Amino acid sequence: MARLIINSTPHEIEVDPDTPLLWVIREQIGLTGTKYGCGVAACGACTVHIDGAATRSCVLPVSAVGPDQQITTIEGLSPDSSHPLQQAWLQLDVPQCGYCQAGMIMAAAGLLTQNPNPSDEDINNEITNICRCGTYNRVRAAIKLAANGGEATQRG
Amino acid sequence: MNAIISISRRNFMIGVASTAGGLSIGFNLPFIKPALAEGAGTTPEVPEVNAWVVIRPDDTVVVRIARSEMGQGTLTGLAQLVAEELNCDWSKVTTEYPSPAKNLARDRVWGNFSTGGSRGIRESHDYVRMGGAVAREMLIAAAAAEWKVPASECTATKGVVTHAASDRTASYGQLAAAAAQMTPPANVTLKDPKDWTIAGRPLPRLDTADKLNGSQIYGTDLKLPNMLNAAIRACPYFGGKVKSFDAAAVAGMPGVRTVVQVGDTAVAVVADTWWRAKTALDALPVTWDEGPNRQVTSASIAAMLEEGLGADDAFIGNSQGDAGTALSTGRTVTATYAFPYQNHATMEPMNATALYTPERCEVWVPTQNGEASLAAAAEAADLPVQQCEVHKIHLGGGFGRRGMQDYVTQAVQIARELPGTPVKLIWSREEDMLQGRYHPITQCRLTGALDADGNLTALRMRISGQSILAAVMPQRMQDGMDPIIFQGLTAASPEGHIGYTIPNLLVDHAMRNPPIPPGFWRGVNLNQNAIYLECFMDELAHEAGVDPLAFRRKLMANHPKHLAVLDAVAERIGWNTPAADGVHRGLAQIMGFGSYVAAAAEVSVTDGQLRIHRIVAATDPGHVVNPAQIERQVEGSFVYGLSACIYGECTVNGGRMEQENFDSYEVMRMAEMPEVETIILPSGGFWGGVGEPTIAVAAPAVLNAIFAATGKRIRTLPLKNHDLA
Repeated sequence: MARLIINSTPHEIEVDPDTPLLWVIREQIGLTGTKYGCGVAACGACTVHIDGAATRSCVLPVSAVGPDQQITTIEGLSPDSSHPLQQAWLQLDVPQCGYCQAGMIMAAAGLLTQNPNPSDEDINNEITNICRCGTYNRVRAAIKLAANGGEATQRG
Repeated sequence: MNAIISISRRNFMIGVASTAGGLSIGFNLPFIKPALAEGAGTTPEVPEVNAWVVIRPDDTVVVRIARSEMGQGTLTGLAQLVAEELNCDWSKVTTEYPSPAKNLARDRVWGNFSTGGSRGIRESHDYVRMGGAVAREMLIAAAAAEWKVPASECTATKGVVTHAASDRTASYGQLAAAAAQMTPPANVTLKDPKDWTIAGRPLPRLDTADKLNGSQIYGTDLKLPNMLNAAIRACPYFGGKVKSFDAAAVAGMPGVRTVVQVGDTAVAVVADTWWRAKTALDALPVTWDEGPNRQVTSASIAAMLEEGLGADDAFIGNSQGDAGTALSTGRTVTATYAFPYQNHATMEPMNATALYTPERCEVWVPTQNGEASLAAAAEAADLPVQQCEVHKIHLGGGFGRRGMQDYVTQAVQIARELPGTPVKLIWSREEDMLQGRYHPITQCRLTGALDADGNLTALRMRISGQSILAAVMPQRMQDGMDPIIFQGLTAASPEGHIGYTIPNLLVDHAMRNPPIPPGFWRGVNLNQNAIYLECFMDELAHEAGVDPLAFRRKLMANHPKHLAVLDAVAERIGWNTPAADGVHRGLAQIMGFGSYVAAAAEVSVTDGQLRIHRIVAATDPGHVVNPAQIERQVEGSFVYGLSACIYGECTVNGGRMEQENFDSYEVMRMAEMPEVETIILPSGGFWGGVGEPTIAVAAPAVLNAIFAATGKRIRTLPLKNHDLA
């Protein structure tokens, strides 16, 4: 039995302690916005927040998460897609296939929490998620748009 | 030569008698919005106006989209084309996929479902626009009949029919039921694109909102009542199969329901959750019959192709003048290039969910070809196709891989072991990497002859390597020749012809097919053909001592559209003005998938470290349906093309692929992404694709810039294997 707080809701679940948090979230809690992409923490599609910090959940055993830690998934980032990043993503129409985008947004949200006004270099260092459709430039622009309170700036 | 690309594996659909349909056993999809799941029947209370248009009483316009959305924006573009002719209110438009079985039952009223070759819009623009126009006329006719006035006195604008003389109006939602009873007009005239107000505009995508909050359902996310989950491992040795496995060893593991052999080649574990299925699969002892290819390595394949570079057996793709004689005189330059295997590496691994009973088989699958999925399901279920159904789901990337149906076959084979229980099969990333349908491998030897003035008088291109069609669509071969091996290099083709007039030219292909399964990979053969041609043009220009742009321009007088895009990128990048200190430039152009494309790149190489600063890309797709989506496709195409150029390589050792995940199959990430500026130069009069062509100019533009920076010609990709210092 494990106790997890996911999107502010406590859950008591029967689970093998070695199970990666990703699969607990997807298959036992039933929140499928967090994606499986590689299973080796290489692509970032599985990014969630643990106590606000962006974390790749596909290699994190559920037993490594404490009963009082706050896990946030894309479904819990905002109640109504109103997070500044979600709004910026909508404004710039960032996604293509969209499969990696929840992880991108969660990674970006983690970055903005630590660094509200990231430089290109900061973004390069922190947003290492893979997108095969190639949305990188719009992801970058949307992060900057959100950081600037919704006002578009030139990439610089 | 016809070089039209098709991803459809099967032609069986034509002529199949269609009597069934509506045999659903009543499964609902609690987690899928109807608009994104199965269409054409999800709103039975509202009669369709015609096959393409359903209008609900609240004026919502549901546009049926036959092609698959995998990120390329075709869903939005096709909806724009229907809405344009329908004269509806764009803000009221939503979409749904008609199902492949209903297409079959209705005599393929929605045409081809296959989504590949950048054909989604260019192959269906006429009949989808016709669908919108016919529906509009039926709505007008319904209003005219109601008001007892001539239809010619009524107009339709923004979802409202108006009879000005009597000052009466009715909304499409009010008219839809009556319109459905009207006889479709025999003839409609489509609008001139210059009069478009919905099509041609940079409208936002229709499918963005759900991708921002986790509510978009992909195949891997599907949930059905009582569903089980399957993890699979197929023999990693190409041509091998299962010899034995010890199911008892894992039968007692948590959640495991059954262990099944899948065809000759694979083993699957079915469990309550996918993680438990995968955990048991990892623990399952399997012995492989490793098959006949254990000695095959990348080196042995390279040797096979090298032999083909000089062999006598070759199919001719383009022949002008007498290249052989011309190359025996004058100054000649020779170089050999090589392009490796690539994996599609869609972010969403292959998956399919199947529900089998002895009477019926249903499959839920992200597929680039719903009809091919239906065919695969019927074959695997051993049921008449009329007793099968495929529910299409948005794709987490496709790039050609999801035109293949191997995972559908597997899902049905597994579900047959558990009749009445839906089973969701998800491949691990490792399975996805090892069981690819790889971008084929080729080499190319080029020889050019220059006269005393530095003019190109002859060019010989010998391609040696793998045919996609021979493996996946042998019925498309032409007397043994694979016509698409020559993408972008042929003499005259609306699909893509060479943009240079060279007095003596010979392009031919020695087919050498290693035992590695090839497939259509975004950009297909245009990718390497553009590298071969455009990097070698750069070599020839250098040898001639002529500026690479000027060298090309001399050969392009008869190819004004190729030239226009090349000139556009040269001008925008500032070709005739010096670059910043340490920054060097390269150019490339090609035609493919019906569009003319060019790119200019700015790079620097410092201590061997490549940095791509800026890409300018131009595309002439004839007509533009949504310029904002074209920009996105062009930007994305550079990520795909440059990932291949810099990193992409699947290597073979011991008869199997060596790369199993993104840690060994590296792809481009944010930090390496250059600025991309997109120039759209629609010259009208034709419909070209946009999802793929610009991929092909990414690598040669960058490689030519690397030469300008370093003096090094990189002729064997990927770049990661080379020292640029």
